Amino acid sequence: MSQRAHSASRSRGSRLGDGSRLPRSLHPGAWWVWALGMAVAASRTTNPLLLVLLVAASAFVVAARRTSTPWGRSYRMYLLLGGVVIGVRVVLHVVVGFGYGTHVLLRLPLIPLPSWAAGIELGGPVHLESLLDATFQGLRLATLIICLGAANSLANPKRLLRSLPGALHEVGVAVVVAVSVLPQLAESVQRVRRAQRLRGDLSRGLRGVLRVAMPVLQNALERSVQLAAAMDSRGYGRRRPVPVSARRTTTALLLASLVLLCLGVYELLAAMGTPLLAVTLLLGGAASAVGGLALGGRQVTRSRYRPDRWRAAEWLTAGTGLACAAGLVVASRVDAAAVMVTMQPLTTPSLPPLAMLAVLVPALAVVTAPPPPSPPRQRRRLMDPGPAPSMPPDDDRAHHPLTQGATR
Amino acid sequence: MTQPPGTWSLCPAVAMHHVSVTYADAASPALRDVDLCVDEGELCLVVGPTGSGKSTLLGLVNGLVPHFTGGTVSGSVQVLGRDTREHRPRDLADVVGVVGQDPLAGFVTDTVEEELAYGMEQLALPPDVMRRRVEETLDLLGLAELRHRPLHDLSGGQQQRVAIGSVLTTHPRVLVLDEPTSALDPTAAEEVLAAVTRLVHDLGVTVLLAEHRVERVLQYADRVVHVEAGQVYAGDPAVVMERSSVAPPVVELGRLARWSPLPLSVRDARRRAAPLRARLRAVRPVPAAEPASQSSASQRSDGGRRPALDARGVVVRYGAVVAVAGVDLALQPGEITALMGRNGAGKSSLLWALQGTGPRQAGRVDAAGADPATLAPRDARTRVGLVPQQATDLLYLDTVAAECRRSDDESGAAVGTCAGLLQRFAPGVQPSQHPRDLSEGQRLALVLAVQLTADPAVLLLDEPTRGLDYGAKRRLRDTLRGLAARGRAVLLSTHDVEFVADVAQRVVVMADGEVVADGPTTSVVVGSPAFAPQVAKVLSPEHWLTVDEVRTALVAPAAS
Repeated sequence: MSQRAHSASRSRGSRLGDGSRLPRSLHPGAWWVWALGMAVAASRTTNPLLLVLLVAASAFVVAARRTSTPWGRSYRMYLLLGGVVIGVRVVLHVVVGFGYGTHVLLRLPLIPLPSWAAGIELGGPVHLESLLDATFQGLRLATLIICLGAANSLANPKRLLRSLPGALHEVGVAVVVAVSVLPQLAESVQRVRRAQRLRGDLSRGLRGVLRVAMPVLQNALERSVQLAAAMDSRGYGRRRPVPVSARRTTTALLLASLVLLCLGVYELLAAMGTPLLAVTLLLGGAASAVGGLALGGRQVTRSRYRPDRWRAAEWLTAGTGLACAAGLVVASRVDAAAVMVTMQPLTTPSLPPLAMLAVLVPALAVVTAPPPPSPPRQRRRLMDPGPAPSMPPDDDRAHHPLTQGATR
Repeated sequence: MTQPPGTWSLCPAVAMHHVSVTYADAASPALRDVDLCVDEGELCLVVGPTGSGKSTLLGLVNGLVPHFTGGTVSGSVQVLGRDTREHRPRDLADVVGVVGQDPLAGFVTDTVEEELAYGMEQLALPPDVMRRRVEETLDLLGLAELRHRPLHDLSGGQQQRVAIGSVLTTHPRVLVLDEPTSALDPTAAEEVLAAVTRLVHDLGVTVLLAEHRVERVLQYADRVVHVEAGQVYAGDPAVVMERSSVAPPVVELGRLARWSPLPLSVRDARRRAAPLRARLRAVRPVPAAEPASQSSASQRSDGGRRPALDARGVVVRYGAVVAVAGVDLALQPGEITALMGRNGAGKSSLLWALQGTGPRQAGRVDAAGADPATLAPRDARTRVGLVPQQATDLLYLDTVAAECRRSDDESGAAVGTCAGLLQRFAPGVQPSQHPRDLSEGQRLALVLAVQLTADPAVLLLDEPTRGLDYGAKRRLRDTLRGLAARGRAVLLSTHDVEFVADVAQRVVVMADGEVVADGPTTSVVVGSPAFAPQVAKVLSPEHWLTVDEVRTALVAPAAS
């Protein structure tokens, strides 16, 4: 299978003639379903072999299908974050964990704690069994993070927000604007700090914070007012007039869905809850939410420019993720001991065949997903390519860069 | 929502009847009893000093005033038959397109293509129409190459064109532009204006355009609306310019030479200037004889003086991008030098590197025996002062008086030094005012006073003329001349060729991080189509730069 995948990725340039393989970006929702499926699978197992295979599958797909965009380059950061998570989990276990097992690796000095902290031990013996257990639990969390990170680096998070249902469009825009404000704020802080060095005074502490915060916040406020004015002038928030009854029905449906969902979650998590009632409440809540959103979306007059379409490739890619989740859920029923490994007694983790197949299925996304569109050519054009001003005739440098435009 | 065909030709595009605007907490109305009719397909230029009510007038057109800004509006404003009383800005989005001063502040999306589509999405246009119009607009404004580019990576001129394109896609009948070229270099400004005139001539779009640098737009205008102290007077450009308080050099030259009707473009003026050229040749037969203000040029030629700032081989790079590629520059005491070049040529990077606060990877800077980059910020500013592009970044207190006191403190100057400087630069600024409430020019004066409290021997200014009206520019000119007369070296980066002609003795042109021209203003600027001031274009081959020069030359023989 992996050979097929390889050949597919190698020949993607030459197979452009095939309509289904035209380079295009996959619907971001498909990547998220794919990643969530893998995350669900990861949460069902502590078998290190399965977890490592999951990470490998996600890395394989990311390497083949990501674009050279800022978010496309973020996968490494998630890998790093995963490493940190494992490290923290292990260190915490060594320092304050409850050790168990028969193989003692090393003995740390036991630090006595006052009586009010009874039950917490600092230091003490470190057992191999519990250390491995902690490592695998850390690995599970890391895998979960890396899987979601894969979705983030394959799909532009802002495009996902663009695909929200009409009724949530305005919330989506607000989130997008808020997200883009953060880097602007950082840049603004830098600029103001640099400018204030020109005044010579570098006061620290509260005063230092204030002198940077005041101009930055004033700028941010001014900018957001300008943005709001621009958005208003461009038609943001135009609505179709709707009868009062429809608006009331929308509100009622959304409120009802909130109440039902809360009750459902309570039933699901409470010790004496009944599963049937929980499922009924949750389904009822979801249905009324869908109804409310659909009704609310009708008053929004808006169309989408080049919307992401959900086609066969999206179904297949999302399917590989779902299959992975389903496979592991089944495998954890069939072969519980091999999927949820415990290190007591100490054994070598085995590789159950069904689970192994399940965690490798997401790698098929390399075949199901079309290659991403080729990135816009990276040209550093800091200047206008327009006609350059010509220089005084007495200038002897006939070929100075001013007359040649900015080509790099 | 759309007008039935045929009716719009009967009613003008924009009609204002007895409109007065009073903002909350304002003592007097911002606009008083305005009557204005703008016909279909007109390019209407709105001129006036800062704070005269230009922005208010533009805001009225799509209902941002009063729906967004608040305030009380009396009278009626109709846009293609729709009254802004009942229509909010979003309800007028399909007929009025608005482009603000700072294009970046108005962008909602990330990339050029999405930005062009945004307005159409809000109007719920069908996808195939959107697709077609995006392609058309990309071609119309020459943006096709940039379609996938992130908006933040574009140059100022490109951003401005995208901003105009993003409102054009909805096919508005009226386009409102607030200072579309204020941040642009001369070439980029011409690009944007060419696009605008093409819209007016080819598509019959009605354009209302406010601009401080009237000389850039006047020749294209069908009508000029003059706004001063809330009073509006509209009419034929040549007629309005007769008595306008803001006038480009070509008009002032026409007034001086008593040409009637007044010339509006260099071409008009040149066709009438032959007698004037002959007269001037009689006054000053040899080109480029020294005008009165060029005494420092002779200082420079005496050679023995030590420069106030001497930079050799300055290199500034950001990663792989080289912003300044080995620049040598010496600034003489008492000389005002202008630094020109297109957006992104490395002017700002050079100024920051010379001051010592910005990065510098190679080269050396010598300001009175020390490299400012190695000094503590407090000491560096006593040698080299810099007024940054965003001058307000320096201000953080809530009154002018507090800023001045703080500045005296920082510089160890006598109490009242900064306030005294401010009174000289901008008389009439109240000490109790908030710095944000000052006009552009007053704010610049405040920052200038703050920086000059430390009394640096070298003063650098990054784009100080941005957003200044003619009056504020004159005051800045006088301030800078005063500094030069006291033996300070001044280096200012600017796109404003008229200001350069007026104030600078020497011009340095940068491109791609290198200095491509360096010499006396007259020889660098005259003969360059992009950098020559209007007077030079009218009177070439004689070397005259400003109306003031011509005036003194004409008056002098009469007196003698």
